[in-house]
Amino acid sequence: MGAALPMRLRAALLSVVILAASLGLWELSVTAAGGGGGAALTEYELLMGAAAPKAGLPPPSAVALKAWEELSDPFYFRGANDQGVGTQVSHSLFRVLTGYLLAAALAIPLGFVIGMSPLAYRALDPFIQVLRPISPLAWMPLALFVIKDSQTSAIFVIFICSIWPMLINTAFGVASVRRDWVNVARTHELGALRTAFTVILPAAAPTIVTGMRISIGIAWLVIVAAEMLVGGTGIGYYVWNEWNNLDLTSVIFSILVIGVVGMTLDAAFARLQRAVQYTE
Amino acid sequence: MKPFVSVEGLAKRFPTPEGPPLTVFEDVSFGVDKGEFVCIIGHSGCGKSTILNVMAGLDEASEGVIAMDGREVRGPSLERGVVFQNYSLLPWLSALQNVTFGVAARNRAWGKAQVRDHAMRYLEMVGLGGGAERRKPSQLSGGMRQRVSIARAFATQPSLLLLDEPFGALDALTRGSIQDELLKIWAETRQTVFMITHDVDEAILLADRILLMTNGPFARVAESVEISIPRPRRRAEIVDHPHYYRIRNHLVHFLARRSQELAGRREGAGQKPETVRFTDDEPPAPRARLNVVTH
Repeated sequence: MGAALPMRLRAALLSVVILAASLGLWELSVTAAGGGGGAALTEYELLMGAAAPKAGLPPPSAVALKAWEELSDPFYFRGANDQGVGTQVSHSLFRVLTGYLLAAALAIPLGFVIGMSPLAYRALDPFIQVLRPISPLAWMPLALFVIKDSQTSAIFVIFICSIWPMLINTAFGVASVRRDWVNVARTHELGALRTAFTVILPAAAPTIVTGMRISIGIAWLVIVAAEMLVGGTGIGYYVWNEWNNLDLTSVIFSILVIGVVGMTLDAAFARLQRAVQYTE
Repeated sequence: MKPFVSVEGLAKRFPTPEGPPLTVFEDVSFGVDKGEFVCIIGHSGCGKSTILNVMAGLDEASEGVIAMDGREVRGPSLERGVVFQNYSLLPWLSALQNVTFGVAARNRAWGKAQVRDHAMRYLEMVGLGGGAERRKPSQLSGGMRQRVSIARAFATQPSLLLLDEPFGALDALTRGSIQDELLKIWAETRQTVFMITHDVDEAILLADRILLMTNGPFARVAESVEISIPRPRRRAEIVDHPHYYRIRNHLVHFLARRSQELAGRREGAGQKPETVRFTDDEPPAPRARLNVVTH
């Protein structure tokens, strides 16, 4: 441990240096590009609107300022098209978690069945193989037509994209539980349900949680795209709306927010993963 | 009167792609009395583990019946505890939780504290306690893991304990001390034990009776050797007993020569294994030979 701490410190220091260097470079390049309007304009150029301020990439300082503004009042409401970033993220998180939990509620028990029964595995495998590679957004038109409500359709898209990694990992984890541990359950006369909860679930938990972690990552990727399509609320809609407003500062800020929220979700599952991990 | 556990006409055959099925063993018949410690010795492949698994209810025989306490064995039961060679501890539970797992399954009505105290008592009997019970199996040595496994099996107080080569993966020193623990816990509980081993000295130290199996295929239990050395036995003292080397030589001779000679022979099929008993009337083993072996 004595050598690990300086290593971590050094790595953190290096990260800060990389961040400072790239932000500095960005800031410099943006201000240099913006300051190139010295020469007199021809009549033609004036007619074409060259005198108007060019919409360049905003510098990081502007993004930081924007972030400060947004984060100091994250839940403001000034009409349907102008709401705080906190509100937008909450909408996205609500959709992601609802769709995700519904998917988990189906995928984990079904994965158990597939993992326990070779018959179920063989019967369901062709369906899984066909449905799994479909881009979740391809379901959107059908979902909108059948469900009609855009909010529920977005939740459905999250549901359909989260289900596969959880289903496949649960089935695999359950199927590869060591025979000896199942025999321990059998010699202790545990019923099917008790065996499932006290032996198979903890034994397969690391694999299942890995699937859950992959799923939440995919769900967060998909919600942004889904919300760009359905509109209304959510962080994906927010990005697209700010793009339509040509407010690039807000676009960059919301991209960062998407990254940070995604990282937090992943970190939560990494924690869960460590909690259920065991060494043989 | 029937013995407590009776194994009658047991056979295991595997179908082969062409030709007749492969018979691993057949006509295996023996009994185990209540409170008796029986070891079974035979070369690899003679089907010892299969016999044990059938007795446990984890495997099925092709022919034959096993009855315990007058009832046929069908499927696993808490009345038959198993200690596997690879310990089979649940790695996500601590040593203590592995034992309470068994105790709680056996005594559904017990409270938490009672389960815990009972489990601790058995862990202490095998020399585990003082903090080691809180560790996960991965943090324990092979010997300590097997101690936990033995404690779990004894703590559930089954009518029959089945030990599948429990010390096979341990080094000689650890093996010796766990054999002592096993003797101690067995002396306290007087369980009926059926154990597979490859180690002749281990079998003589532990068993009341040793079953000898011929080589497979068509393996069977040929002899039942009674161990006439009085208890309590100590590793250092039993070698001085006049019967020790006579028994040992008999066993080694069987494993080295006769298990092969008798293999696949159908004479004696359908009979109980021949009982071999050593008495004081017979001349003791030559002294010179004793010295050679002990030094």
